[in-house]
Amino acid sequence: MTTKELTCVVCPAGCRITVTLNDAGAIESIEGYTCQRGKTYAANEVTHPVRTLTSTVPVTTAQGKKMLPVRTDAGIPREKLFEAMKIVRATEAKAPVRTGDVLIADFIEPGTNLIACKDFD
Amino acid sequence: MAEHKLVIIGGGPAGLSAAVAAVDAGLAPEDILVLERDSEPGGILNQCIHAGFGLHRFGEELTGPEYSGRYIAMARERGIPILCNAMVLSLTDDRRVTFVSPETGYTTIQAEAVILAMGCRERTRGALSIPGTRPSGVYTAGCAQRYINIEGYMPGHRVVILGSGDIGLIMARRMTLEGAKVLAVCEIMPYSGGLARNIVQCLDDFGIPLKLSHTVVQIHGRDRVEGVTVAAVDEANGRRPIPGTEEYFACDTLLLSVGLIPENELTRGAGIDLDRMTNGASVNQFRETSAPGVYACGNVLHVHDLVDYVSEEADTAGRAAAARILGNAAPVVRSVKLTTGHGVRYTVPERIDLAEEPEDVRIFFRVSDVYKKVRLVIETGTGEILVNRAKSAVAPGEMESLTIPASKLAQVLRSGEEEILVKLTETEGR
Repeated sequence: MTTKELTCVVCPAGCRITVTLNDAGAIESIEGYTCQRGKTYAANEVTHPVRTLTSTVPVTTAQGKKMLPVRTDAGIPREKLFEAMKIVRATEAKAPVRTGDVLIADFIEPGTNLIACKDFD
Repeated sequence: MAEHKLVIIGGGPAGLSAAVAAVDAGLAPEDILVLERDSEPGGILNQCIHAGFGLHRFGEELTGPEYSGRYIAMARERGIPILCNAMVLSLTDDRRVTFVSPETGYTTIQAEAVILAMGCRERTRGALSIPGTRPSGVYTAGCAQRYINIEGYMPGHRVVILGSGDIGLIMARRMTLEGAKVLAVCEIMPYSGGLARNIVQCLDDFGIPLKLSHTVVQIHGRDRVEGVTVAAVDEANGRRPIPGTEEYFACDTLLLSVGLIPENELTRGAGIDLDRMTNGASVNQFRETSAPGVYACGNVLHVHDLVDYVSEEADTAGRAAAARILGNAAPVVRSVKLTTGHGVRYTVPERIDLAEEPEDVRIFFRVSDVYKKVRLVIETGTGEILVNRAKSAVAPGEMESLTIPASKLAQVLRSGEEEILVKLTETEGR
């Protein structure tokens, strides 16, 4: 039996969550979370941690090149953040772009997309 | 002179929320003018591309541009005029606003109400007096954030960050993801000024060391930063560097994340009372300053951790300004002053203006140190407890709030009390 102390990163409250694992590495109990998102975070964090990746890509607009903020629309495995950044760095967009537009579908994980976070005309 | 009912100075999250709230409270959108000095509205959120905004407001995790995008859309839907590239030069206590813009030239407006929503700026190297040369490569964290996220320039490759405020932590991750090596984050205090979640996801995730009770004592390099010397500081001796603990980091960039200062030059120029602890105006629960009809909200009033709370505060100011203009504000019977007791650095508001039928008032405050197992207490000058709440841990980096119920304020109104004290009591040793 092992216990892991986590600080939840879901929201700025930063709850302290304790996860107890049995000898087989399965989750025995989760304590200290104050919302459902926090419980899910803690369960993921001890088995396969995921993070939302945010970055920017160049976008060609009528006013010249600008930087378009982008993010993944779901968490991706933490260990794949740098692999994901390699793809982001090779990505460019063209206006018009709308917040929520999918720039790359099935990004890193099936069903996860890289989406635009700002409008450019 | 032009006249306008409500002038809002600043088109960031505070100014936009205030404008939207004023319209929703019944003010006609054409009676409002939002003045924004940048070429687009949205304020600092435009460069805060990381996620974590809006969990309280919208129940989802948004990036900064998405959060501001929603408020820009709300303002547009309501037809609220926003004038960009407009720099306000002065404000008077009788609400005359003078500004310049390419579209209007030099313009003065007499307003019935003004909302100050200018935000804050970063403390710079000059405020710290770090010894050493003055090479390029020393940036505030927010400046580097703008270079990378808006302009698309990478300001350096080997980075040391001084100060563990949230922007510094966010930039440690951002620069790491962009291929830079972040060697360390140094914090002079024995605790971080940033949110716990940012320590985890910006430093721990990438193995970046957080050196508490450490500071930069020397900057090296002639044209460009070549390195910095870091030393431990003595907590017991005025946080002076401890000789013999110096460590040299070869780096080309030093980022500073050492605090934010509410941008109150206009406020000061108008002769409005400022609170020395918040560096913002001293306000009542409607965020009205000492100048009648002049309100303040967001980071110009006090530095917030969360934009969600900025929007909430701006709603309060926007509704109050609308009520003043529409003539439906409840008359004030008398004012009660809020004072700070043990462990509390400041409160916002600083006073409560009581009407005949008081409403609930939410008090925001920061504690002055890290405490475990405390009770947060609001009591009257004569020791009658109004609010008493247990909290397992508090830290200066995380804003606290307590709500004084209307029924308790009605008691205060009748009792003739002139002061309310906000304090914390320690239920066990630290």
